[in-house]
Amino acid sequence: MSQTSSPVRPRPRRPLSENTYGYLFLAPWLIGLVVFMAGPTLVSLYLSFTNFNLLQPPKWVGAGNYTTLFLHDPRYRQALRVTFTYVAVAAPLNLVFALLLAMLLNTRIRGVGIYRAVYYVPSLLGGSVAIAILWQQIFGLGGIFGQIVGFFGVHDSSWVSNPKQALWTLIILHVWQFGSPMIIFLAGLKQIPGELYEAAAIDGASKLRQFWVITVPMLTPVIFFNLVLQIINSFQAFTPAFIVSGGKGGPLDATLFYTLYLYIQGFANFRMGYASAMGWLLLIIIAVLTGIAFLSSRYWVHYEDGGR
Amino acid sequence: MARSATAKAFALNGLLLHVLLIAGAFCMLYPLLWMIGSSFKPDNEIFSQLNPIPHSLYLANYVRGWVLGTGTSFTTFYLNSAIVCGGAIIGNLLSCSLAAYAFARIKFRFKKLWFAVMLGTLMLPFHVTVVPQYIIFNFLGWTNTFLPLIVPKFFAVDAFFIFLMVQFIRGIPLELEQAAMVDGCNRFQIFSRIILPLLTPALITTTIFTFIWTYNDFFSQLLYLSTENRYTVALGLRQFLDASGQSAWGPMFAMTTLSLVPVFLVFLFFQRRLVEGIATTGLKG
Repeated sequence: MSQTSSPVRPRPRRPLSENTYGYLFLAPWLIGLVVFMAGPTLVSLYLSFTNFNLLQPPKWVGAGNYTTLFLHDPRYRQALRVTFTYVAVAAPLNLVFALLLAMLLNTRIRGVGIYRAVYYVPSLLGGSVAIAILWQQIFGLGGIFGQIVGFFGVHDSSWVSNPKQALWTLIILHVWQFGSPMIIFLAGLKQIPGELYEAAAIDGASKLRQFWVITVPMLTPVIFFNLVLQIINSFQAFTPAFIVSGGKGGPLDATLFYTLYLYIQGFANFRMGYASAMGWLLLIIIAVLTGIAFLSSRYWVHYEDGGR
Repeated sequence: MARSATAKAFALNGLLLHVLLIAGAFCMLYPLLWMIGSSFKPDNEIFSQLNPIPHSLYLANYVRGWVLGTGTSFTTFYLNSAIVCGGAIIGNLLSCSLAAYAFARIKFRFKKLWFAVMLGTLMLPFHVTVVPQYIIFNFLGWTNTFLPLIVPKFFAVDAFFIFLMVQFIRGIPLELEQAAMVDGCNRFQIFSRIILPLLTPALITTTIFTFIWTYNDFFSQLLYLSTENRYTVALGLRQFLDASGQSAWGPMFAMTTLSLVPVFLVFLFFQRRLVEGIATTGLKG
């Protein structure tokens, strides 16, 4: 082809192949994948087998960090206990409230839009430092929570500085933010054909029975989706615990969230190998839990199209 | 007669539902109302009253709170937050739309594999990559600059938005592109002249969520920004809490209230898009 074109006229540019275009468009993402995601994930796996403080080169210690974490670090075990309690209590409660409100709002009442907006607002603002500060005050000594329960004869005390109750303030904070799963549930509820309920009503099924035999099964894909999101998000909660405990996870490590302990080890004590090991264990925990959710979904998640 | 009885029962049910929903809404919003009210009260009234409504508008809290004891003011913090949010938004819009177009429309080798990898990164916890990322940025001398918070966004690290845009582009009729291709447009021209304008709704959703996430983010800002003149609003509030919060609740609440205003405004103006974004992709608001 190049032989036939005259030397004076510029050779018409051959259009790039689809393959080239594909990779050109994908280039920024591919670079990002290598530099900021896949690369660091592998590097942190390497670092997890070393001692590294950012100043001296990493020193290989084999599985040392992992054995310390599992056998000789009671604070790590505490962080696991706190985080698992938090996820196990806050995530399901959050979803229960979300579903309940979505059901109430899925009726033909006036002002649904306003209610939906109002219930969603905490979800929008809840992750911020401002709300964490507010929470610290509400549940602090003399805070409004203490005053309200005081009416009911409960002795006023500071929940945030009591090791038995501090975690509960954070669980309440998480449950308070049920707005976004509520919106996802609402979208799911709208997909359920009304004929199903009509048929069930003709057959004499009560509202409660309709809920269990129609709503719940039809909604299982959405419940599953919300559950996975909740697991991933709540395991990584950081801001509220950091602010409420002044960055220390106190009182008596009662709010020592996993990510907070990782931050303390990696960026306050500069034990970056240790923090990397914690990061990888977090990845494994989340992968295993979502894996279990996916595997179990075969038995309880109902897809209208039979799963494909 | 039976008919009007059921109608009455319905009306009563409806009324009961409204009462229930309003009571619930009040409980949900009470903490926020109390905080806003407290921001207009003198210190001695804040904790002695459960009623959020202040006797009079005590605006001194806002004046006192605006400047920290060290002389740095929230003007700096808001400007810094604006820079970080602006950079992150531009980065996400450019990089995610490019990747999304490739995934949605172009046939290239290993596309399925890359798409699966992209979805996989959605589940990758930030905390796994944070140490090596910190090492990179530290090595580049970028700590205590905004670069570590902005530059990654230019490389499409927020896969959620790629996914969102892929879904959207798949809904755009293919004929438009085919016509343009017949007219001799190449892929870049098609992308910039046809796809980008039509992608506007998804771009707006991306802008909104990037703004909310970046503005509310605390962990990475805490990690990378270390001097007060670089602090964002989130870090400024925390600094306020550490420095004078325990003795100045009125100003503290004034500044926390103010800090929620930008996100709240975005919510007011783009409520429909926000709700759609959450409902279709499960983006966390």
